[in-house]
Amino acid sequence: MHRHQLDARNMLCPMPVIRTQNRMATLSAGDILEVRCTDPGALRDIPSWCRINGHEVLDSRTEDGEVVVIIRAGHQVGGS
Amino acid sequence: MDQIRRAVALISGGLDSLLAARLMLDQGIHVEGINFYTGFCVEGHTHAIRERRRTKPLRNNALWVAEQLGIRLHMIEVVEEYKTVVINPKHGYGAHLNPCLDCKGFMVGKAREWMTAHGFDFIITGEVVGQRPNSQRRDALPVVARESGAFDRLLRPLCAKLLPPTLPEQEGWVDREKLLALNGRNRKPQIALAEHYGFRDYAQPAGGCCFLTDASYTKRLSDLWSNRGHRQYDLDDIMLLKVGRHLRPAPNFKIIIGREEGENRYLSGYRGRFVHMAATSHRGPLALIQGEPTAADIDLAARLTARFGQGRHAGMVTVEVTDPHGGSKLLEVVPLASKEISEDWYL
Ligand code: SF4
Repeated sequence: MHRHQLDARNMLCPMPVIRTQNRMATLSAGDILEVRCTDPGALRDIPSWCRINGHEVLDSRTEDGEVVVIIRAGHQVGGS
Repeated sequence: MDQIRRAVALISGGLDSLLAARLMLDQGIHVEGINFYTGFCVEGHTHAIRERRRTKPLRNNALWVAEQLGIRLHMIEVVEEYKTVVINPKHGYGAHLNPCLDCKGFMVGKAREWMTAHGFDFIITGEVVGQRPNSQRRDALPVVARESGAFDRLLRPLCAKLLPPTLPEQEGWVDREKLLALNGRNRKPQIALAEHYGFRDYAQPAGGCCFLTDASYTKRLSDLWSNRGHRQYDLDDIMLLKVGRHLRPAPNFKIIIGREEGENRYLSGYRGRFVHMAATSHRGPLALIQGEPTAADIDLAARLTARFGQGRHAGMVTVEVTDPHGGSKLLEVVPLASKEISEDWYL
């Protein structure tokens, strides 16, 4: 299990979701990805993307005006 | 047991593509969605930027559709490739700068590439014959199938019965009898079908799925192109066209003025690229200046910036003007009276 970080600040939706998707495609099942965004829409969209693609959201919160989403990769990684 | 056939569905976030995908799921087809981000999509941005829209929860409609259907969604950024579609469309534009026919051909073409790379069997879209004046005319549908290279692997479940049978129908992967024959601009059948399936709260975009069908947006885009003397753009250019008031008092410069806090915050991300200004003596907007303004133009821009802040009726307003490298100066200006602002300046 590896921890990874993704900086998606100053991007507007859907770019944070697309970057998350593309990064998740490079991870292995069980890996953790922490995504940081400034677009508040990401708080809803990234968890939604995770639900339909079989990844687990471990935490999502707003911290100092930034959205932080922590994801554990499910088995459907790769191939987006 | 028969092999399960796999379809990739173009998901725009609207009702038609939701229903088309649902019809395929009903026939036991494995469906995954694909959604393209061109930079002009209506999704998200303006909601994210503008504070006052936040009373409604923010959501991406394509993701919402995929969740309703229980299918995977692949979101693909095509900003660079899409430029050729917008800048030089073979089939021309619709009512504004919307190159719908070329756009459809491009998106179905990208879906075809994805289908081939991922071993899928066919493509579905939510197109309906005659629903849109240009890209969904009956004679336009074969153009999309041909120019995308999808040919008979492109199935439109909502109007398939009005079209020649496609490969999935000929091969018996889908039952043509269970497909629909929707036609024209009447939305009642789709609304009834949504009711039947229990889909509520779906997005209902007026006009089209992107800003290229929006009159005021395309006026700004045309202005950008004509002032540059060419039609190239980058993502920042087209995002900025969605934000703030845009005024061009002279051919050599333009001013973008935030309309509220969310926009000011968004514009502040561009302070390193443009001359910018804001009142210091009163509350007011952030303004960005694009182009090559003279000293007199900067003065005029400062008066405009003052006009849109709380000092609009004050005798004098102090405006701080900062260059992209951070060097700044203070100007004492008289806010422009509304009658001094020509209607022609507004983009
Ligand atoms: S409205 Fe925009 S996204 Fe939709 S087909 Fe036309 S150009 Fe393409």
